[in-house]
Amino acid sequence: MDLVNNLYIGFQTSLSFYNLWYAFIGCALGTLIGVLPGLGPIATIAMLLPSMYTLEPTSALIMLAGIYYGAQYGGSTTAILINVPGEASSIVTALDGYQMARKGRAGTALAVSALGSFFAGTVGTLIVAAFAPPLTALAFKFGAPEYFALMFLGLVGAVVLASGSLVKALAMVVLGLLLGQINTDVISAVPRFSFGIPELMDGINFVVIAMGVFSFGEIIANLGKPAEHREVFVKAVTGLWPSKEDFKKATPAALRGTALGCILGVLPGAGPLLASFTSYTVEKKISKHPEEFGKGAIEGVAAPEAANNAGAQTSFIPMLTLGVPTSAVMALMVGAMTIMGIQPGPTVMTSNPGLFWGLITSMWIGNVMLVILNLPLIGIWIKLLTVPYRFLFPAIMAFCAIGVYTLSNSSFDVYCAAVFAVAGLVFNKLGFEPAPLVLGFVLGPLMEENLRRALLMGRGDWSVFITSPISGTMIVMSFVLIIVTALPSIKKKRQEVFVEE
Amino acid sequence: MKIKSQRDFFSGLLLIFVGAAFAIGATNYNFGAAVRPGPGYFPFGLGIILAILGVIVFVTSFVRHCTDGDPIGSIPWRPLLCVVGAIVFFGVFLPILGFVITFPLMIVLTAFASTEFTWKDALLNALVLTVASYAIFIFGLQLNIPVWPV
Repeated sequence: MDLVNNLYIGFQTSLSFYNLWYAFIGCALGTLIGVLPGLGPIATIAMLLPSMYTLEPTSALIMLAGIYYGAQYGGSTTAILINVPGEASSIVTALDGYQMARKGRAGTALAVSALGSFFAGTVGTLIVAAFAPPLTALAFKFGAPEYFALMFLGLVGAVVLASGSLVKALAMVVLGLLLGQINTDVISAVPRFSFGIPELMDGINFVVIAMGVFSFGEIIANLGKPAEHREVFVKAVTGLWPSKEDFKKATPAALRGTALGCILGVLPGAGPLLASFTSYTVEKKISKHPEEFGKGAIEGVAAPEAANNAGAQTSFIPMLTLGVPTSAVMALMVGAMTIMGIQPGPTVMTSNPGLFWGLITSMWIGNVMLVILNLPLIGIWIKLLTVPYRFLFPAIMAFCAIGVYTLSNSSFDVYCAAVFAVAGLVFNKLGFEPAPLVLGFVLGPLMEENLRRALLMGRGDWSVFITSPISGTMIVMSFVLIIVTALPSIKKKRQEVFVEE
Repeated sequence: MKIKSQRDFFSGLLLIFVGAAFAIGATNYNFGAAVRPGPGYFPFGLGIILAILGVIVFVTSFVRHCTDGDPIGSIPWRPLLCVVGAIVFFGVFLPILGFVITFPLMIVLTAFASTEFTWKDALLNALVLTVASYAIFIFGLQLNIPVWPV
């Protein structure tokens, strides 16, 4: 069977001592940053990118992937223990998880979350392995209009999920697209918006933007808050293992969460955040005791945790098969591949089977490692939370500064990062969500190229995007998504979910 | 007219300004036509869209219901100046003074951003981070960073 054969190739790569080591580093690092509030996977991956040159591409990607789903695990730990979601996707986990912790059932909540995540991760990996090849075959049918439509859908997805105002999120995407226009035009070779500065002719490095806005900007905003808003404290965690009764309640919830997560994760832009939110809503709807939700219902932890982990796995599908990033983290992964000389897209599977399947199987290995890391080491992760912020932020600054400088060994990137640090603060103060900006920025040049090529093909007729069935469907889906989100009833729900902000 | 959301008011103005700037800048490049779009086609369209979104945000700042006026809040000058200053300092002096001098100074400058600043913590931070970064980035990863003053 093909699948078995492919998985065999994959395990050969991912089970090598070298790659196991990097998977482990990635998972450990991911969990660590997931636990630390204010240091997300985007900033971390951005920080590590410059040092990636020295690694073998497969190992580097395995490590990055480990960071990504490790952060999903770690984020839920703090969500449960101290009501601080380390990651956006664990916002929902905090609702019931923290209530369980307050009732002294933190151990149970953490165990259920780890086990649910592990199960979901396993299923997610299998789904990726099984569906990546047919989807890759489909990807070869993609022409310029289809690619444009897919990216459009991805951007819309990112907008719908951003917290806060819909219009502002849209504006961030457009701003990101515009920043991506600072480059040399691919088709006519005209330098644009470069003001005669040679460094700008190659465009701004996206690591510079990600670091400036996410790391530096966040530090400034965080320090601007009074210290007591950042203070965290931890109570003792006792009784780790869930009871039979808990298992009976949590298992079906985790199963439903997994299924939802797998489906929603594939949608461009949707990813784990939407998955966790939707599965929580579903559980609450079908539960016989909806009043328990928000007061420590175990289903309210199991379902969204499973969903966000399954979604984290399957969100690799569009990136791996089409080379189209569907979230800021995936955009960074695409960037990492490009840095290492691999052109992301449907050809990766055939030209680099070791890398492709190695990465997929390493996801499962990573999940095993995460369970091993998370269950017994919960106590240690909690200790790390007590590192005072005054020691933490100079360290973040230090690694970022070195990272930015080494991008091209020039101070110019460092100055750009300073500019984006200010921009990050402005976004924070004005209530703009920065994630759509990074996604827009990365997709900008690709989108423009495909738009212009599609228009050339269609002889200037914009209907070219509607007449192709694949692209037409995606364009229609995008508009449905926008309209549905803008509807008052959904808008209210959306605000309820993001009320934690 | 009363501004109901200060944040949206300034957000709107900012978006209009940036969108217009890009759109005007794009007119320097060949616009082309829908049949054969030129390098100015995409940025011009996007600039206009951004400005329109800005107008929407601007208008909602007068309409949206916010009881407290949705203020921007105070600007954190101290962290802003220290952090941005530290980054720029690093960029300017790294090629001249090298890593061993620039880096610890940058850390101290960064640490000064916090109101909890103490010399003891800052120097400890600078020492630990400099040694650690040297070990990881210069010794371990062999990154090409100027180490000593020129």
